[in-house]
Amino acid sequence: MNPSSLNAWVATPEIFLLCSACIILIFDLFVSDSRKQVTYLLTLLVLALTAVLSIQSLQQGLALAESGASVARFAFSNMYVADPVADFAKIGMVLGVALVLVYGRGYATDRGILKGELFTLTLFSLLGMMVMASATNFLTLYVGLELLSLSIYALVALPRGAVKASEASMKYFVLGALASGMLLYGMSMLYGATGSLDVHEVASRISQQQYNPILLTFGMVFVVTGIGFKLGAVPFHMWVPDVYEGAPTLLAQLIGSAPKIAAFVFVLRLLGQALEQFGPIWGEMLIYLAIASLVLGNLAAIAQKNIKRMLAYSTISHMGFLLLGLAVHNSQGYSAAFFYAITYVVTTAAGFGILMLLSRSGFECENVDDFKGLNKRSPWFALMMLMVMFSMAGIPAFVGFFAKLSVLRALVAADAVWLAVVAVAFSLIGAFYYLRVVKVMYFDEPEGEQPAIAASADVRVLLSANCLLLLVLGIFPSQLLSSLSLAVKLTAAGVML
Amino acid sequence: MTGNFLNLAIWVPIVAGLIVLATGGDRRADTARWLALAGALAGFLVSIPLYTQFDLLSAGMQFEFSTPWVTDYNINYHIGVDGLSVLFVILNSFTTLLVVIAGWEVIKERVAQYMAAFLIMSGLINGAFAALDAILFYVFFEAMLIPMYLIIGVWGGPRRVYASIKFFLYTLMGSLLTLVAFIYLYRQTGSFEILDYYRVPLGMTAQALLLVAFFFAFAVKVPMWPVHTWLPDAHVEAPTGGSMVLAAITLKLGAYGFLRFALPIAPDASREYAWVFVALSLVAVVYIGMVALVQSDMKKLVAYSSISHMGFVTLGFFMFANGMLNQYAVVGAIALMVSHGFVSAAMFFCIGVMYDRVHSRKIADYGGVANKMPIFASFFMLFAMANAGLPGTAGFVGEFFVVLGAIQVNFWVAFAAATTLIFGAAYTLWMYKRVIFGEVANEHVAELQDVNKREFLVLAILAIAVLGMGLYPKPFTDVTLQSVNHLIELAAQTKLQ
Repeated sequence: MNPSSLNAWVATPEIFLLCSACIILIFDLFVSDSRKQVTYLLTLLVLALTAVLSIQSLQQGLALAESGASVARFAFSNMYVADPVADFAKIGMVLGVALVLVYGRGYATDRGILKGELFTLTLFSLLGMMVMASATNFLTLYVGLELLSLSIYALVALPRGAVKASEASMKYFVLGALASGMLLYGMSMLYGATGSLDVHEVASRISQQQYNPILLTFGMVFVVTGIGFKLGAVPFHMWVPDVYEGAPTLLAQLIGSAPKIAAFVFVLRLLGQALEQFGPIWGEMLIYLAIASLVLGNLAAIAQKNIKRMLAYSTISHMGFLLLGLAVHNSQGYSAAFFYAITYVVTTAAGFGILMLLSRSGFECENVDDFKGLNKRSPWFALMMLMVMFSMAGIPAFVGFFAKLSVLRALVAADAVWLAVVAVAFSLIGAFYYLRVVKVMYFDEPEGEQPAIAASADVRVLLSANCLLLLVLGIFPSQLLSSLSLAVKLTAAGVML
Repeated sequence: MTGNFLNLAIWVPIVAGLIVLATGGDRRADTARWLALAGALAGFLVSIPLYTQFDLLSAGMQFEFSTPWVTDYNINYHIGVDGLSVLFVILNSFTTLLVVIAGWEVIKERVAQYMAAFLIMSGLINGAFAALDAILFYVFFEAMLIPMYLIIGVWGGPRRVYASIKFFLYTLMGSLLTLVAFIYLYRQTGSFEILDYYRVPLGMTAQALLLVAFFFAFAVKVPMWPVHTWLPDAHVEAPTGGSMVLAAITLKLGAYGFLRFALPIAPDASREYAWVFVALSLVAVVYIGMVALVQSDMKKLVAYSSISHMGFVTLGFFMFANGMLNQYAVVGAIALMVSHGFVSAAMFFCIGVMYDRVHSRKIADYGGVANKMPIFASFFMLFAMANAGLPGTAGFVGEFFVVLGAIQVNFWVAFAAATTLIFGAAYTLWMYKRVIFGEVANEHVAELQDVNKREFLVLAILAIAVLGMGLYPKPFTDVTLQSVNHLIELAAQTKLQ
C-alpha cells in the first residue's frame, strides 16, 4: 500500500456521511414542517448505514491484523487513517448521536426545533467527530474539531426565541473559539519546533532529537490547555454548566455524550502518538487537571438544584477520571480511558433520555425536585434512573464500576497508588449527589398532580434497553473490555510499523 | 464436589426477587407475598445441603465453582465456602425467610418492592460470603448497599433519609479503600484470587497499609468503635425486617472480612497492631455497653447492644499469644456471630411486634405488657436472657469461649471483656423490666392483643434456634473447627522477606 496515494476508499464512512448529509439538507427543503418525521427516519437510516460502514472498516482492520499486516490504513497522503481505535470510536459516536435523535424527537417536536437544521447540523457534527477520530495530521484534527464545534454552536442556538439558549450558545462559542485559538497556536508551535504537521512524523522527529525544546514545551502547554477546554476539565470548565443548563436537553445530551469519545481519540493522537516521548511531562499536566476536575466537579455538583447543572459538574468529574486514565500514558491507561469514554456515553445518554422523557410541552424537567416521587408515578423508569445514577456513582454491578476499576487498575499498575486513593475519595463524595437523586425518586412523595409519562413506545423500549445495558455490561464487561484494549494495542502496534 | 448448591443459594433468591418485582403495584400484593415466601423458602432449602454435605474434616474450600468472568483482568467468578463462611450463608437464607414472614401484613405499601429488595439482598449477601475472588467479593459487598439503602429510605422511620444516606456513604467509604487494596494485591500477584493473596510475601509497610484499608471497610461494617455511629441511626429508622437483616447478617459480613482478608493477608501487621483492635473492641464492649444502659429508645438500646456484642467478636479474632491466635477465642467469636444473628433478629422482631401495635419505640411508653401479652412476654424473656448471655441460651456459648480464650492470653483483657456479662444483663433486663412488668402503663398498652399466628411462628422458630444452639452448640462449632485451625496457621505465618 502506497501511503502517499489518495486511497479514498479508506474513508468510506465519512464520505458516505458527507454525501448523505448534503442530500438530507436538500431533501429537507421539500418536506413540510408537519412531516419532519420523514427526515428523521432518513437520518436514522443514514446513521445506521454509517455504523455498518464503520463496522466493515473495523473488520477489515482486524482481518489485516490477523494476516500480520499493519492495521493502519492511510488515506489522503497520510492525513487520514483508519485503525481499530478510530473505527471503534466511530461506532460509539454514531450510537451516541442516534440516541440523541431518538430520545430527543418528542422533546424537539414539543419545542418546535424539529427542523431540517437539527438533522443536518447533527450529521455534520458527527462528521466532525469522525474526522477527528481518524485524523493523523494536525490540520485534519483541527478541521474535524471545528466542524464539530461550529455545528454545535449553531445547534445550541436553534430555539431562536429562547434567551437562555442564545446565551448558552454565545458562551460556548466565545470560550470554544478561545480554546480553538489556543490549540491552533499550540499546534503551530509544535510545527515550528519539529517542522511537521503529521502526527507520526512529529513523533519520529522528536525521537531523533530533531526539535526545538523550548518551542515544543510551549506548544505542548498550549495544546494541553486547548484539550482541557474541549474536555471541560478544571480550570477550563467554566462553559460546561452554563451550556448544559441553557441548551435544550437533547443538545446537552449531544454535547455531553459522543464528543467525549472524539476528545479521547483527539488526545490519544495528539499527546499519546505525536508527543509520545513526552508522556511523563504531559502526563503530569493531565494529573493536575484531573485532580482539579475531580475535586471541583464533585464538590460543586453537591450544591446543584438543577439536575442539568448537576450532570454538568458530574461530567467534569468524569472527565477527571478519564484524564487519569490518559495520564498513565501507556496502553493500559489508554484502554481504560477508552472504556471509560464509551461507557460514559452510554450512561449519560440514558440519563438525558430520562430527563427528556419526563419533560413535556411547556414543562422542562430540569430540577432535582422534578424527580420527586417518581417511584410512585412510574416505578419502571424510577428503576431505570436508579441504574443510571448508581452506574455513574461507580457502584457494582453497573458498568460504571468497571470503568472506574479499569482506570484504578491502570493507576496502580503505574505505581500511582496515591492517585487511586484520591480518585476513590472523590468518587465517595460523588456518590452523595447521585444518591440524592435516588432519594428524591424513592423516598419523597410526588408534588401535586403530575401527568402520566407520554412517550412513544420506541423511546420507552430503547431507553429501557439503554439502561438495562448498563446492568448487562456491568455483569458481563469482559467482551467490551478486551475488544477495546485489543483495539488500542493494535493501533499502537500499527503505528510503529 | 460441585458448587451447584452454592450457586443456587446465591441466584435463587435474586431470581425470585426479580420475579416478585415483576408483579408490580400493590394491587397484586398478595401474589408478591406468596411468591416472596416461596422464593425465600426455596433459597433456604437449597442452602441446607451446604451443611449436610459439608465435609467436617476438611479445612479447604468446598462446593467450589470457578469460571472466567473478566478475562482481560483475570477476574474469575470463583465461589466456595469453608468453615468460616458456610454457617453465614445458611444463617442469611434462614433470616431472609423470617424477614419475609415478619413483614407479611406489616408492610402495606409497595409490598413487591419490599420483598424483592430483601430477596435480592439475600442473594447478594450469600455471594459476598461465598466469593473467593476479590472483585467478585467487592461487587457483592457493594451491590447489597443498594437494596439496603432503599429498604431504610423507603420503609423507614421519620429520619430515614438521613439514616439511609449515612449508612450508604459510611459503608462506601470503607469499601472503596479496600478496592484500592485489592488492586494493589492484584499488582503483586497478578490475580484477584483471594487464596493467592494468602501466600504472597508483603513488606511490613504494605501490610500495615492493607490492614488500614481492610480496617476501614470491615470495621465500619462490624461496626467497631469509633466508626459505629451509623448503626444506631440505621437501626432506629429501618423497618423491622431491615433491622433484623442488618443486625443478624450484614454486621457479620464485616467480622467475616477480618477472618477472610485482614488476618491471613496481613498476618504480620495483624500481630503487630492486634493491640489496637483489642483496645477498640474493649471500648466497644465496655463503653458502648454503658451507652446502651441509658437509652430510652428500645431499638437504639438493642443497636448499641449489637455493637457491644460485635466488640466481643472482634476481640476474639485478635487474641494473639506468642504470635498464635487463640483457638477458643476464634471459635467462640464465630459462635457468637451465629448466636447474635439469632438473638438480635429475635430482639428486633420483638420490638417490631410491639411497635406495630403501639407505634412507639420509647421504653417510657410501655409498662405492664406482660398483663396483656403473656405469650409474647415469655418469648421476649427468653431472648432477653439470651442477649444477656445466660447459660443454656445461644448467647452464652460464644461469650464463654471468648472469655475463656482471652483469659489464657491476658487476664485483664478478659476481665474487662467479662464486664459485658454484667452490662449486658443490666441493660437488657432493665429494659425488659420497664417494658414488660409492672402495672399497665397507659391505654395503648391496655388495648394490646397478644401475638397472632404469624408472629408466633417467627418467635417459635427463633426460640428453638436460640435454645438449640445454647443447649447443644456442637453442630455449630464443629463446622468451623478445621477452618479455624487453618486460619490460625495462616495468621501465624510471616510474610516478610
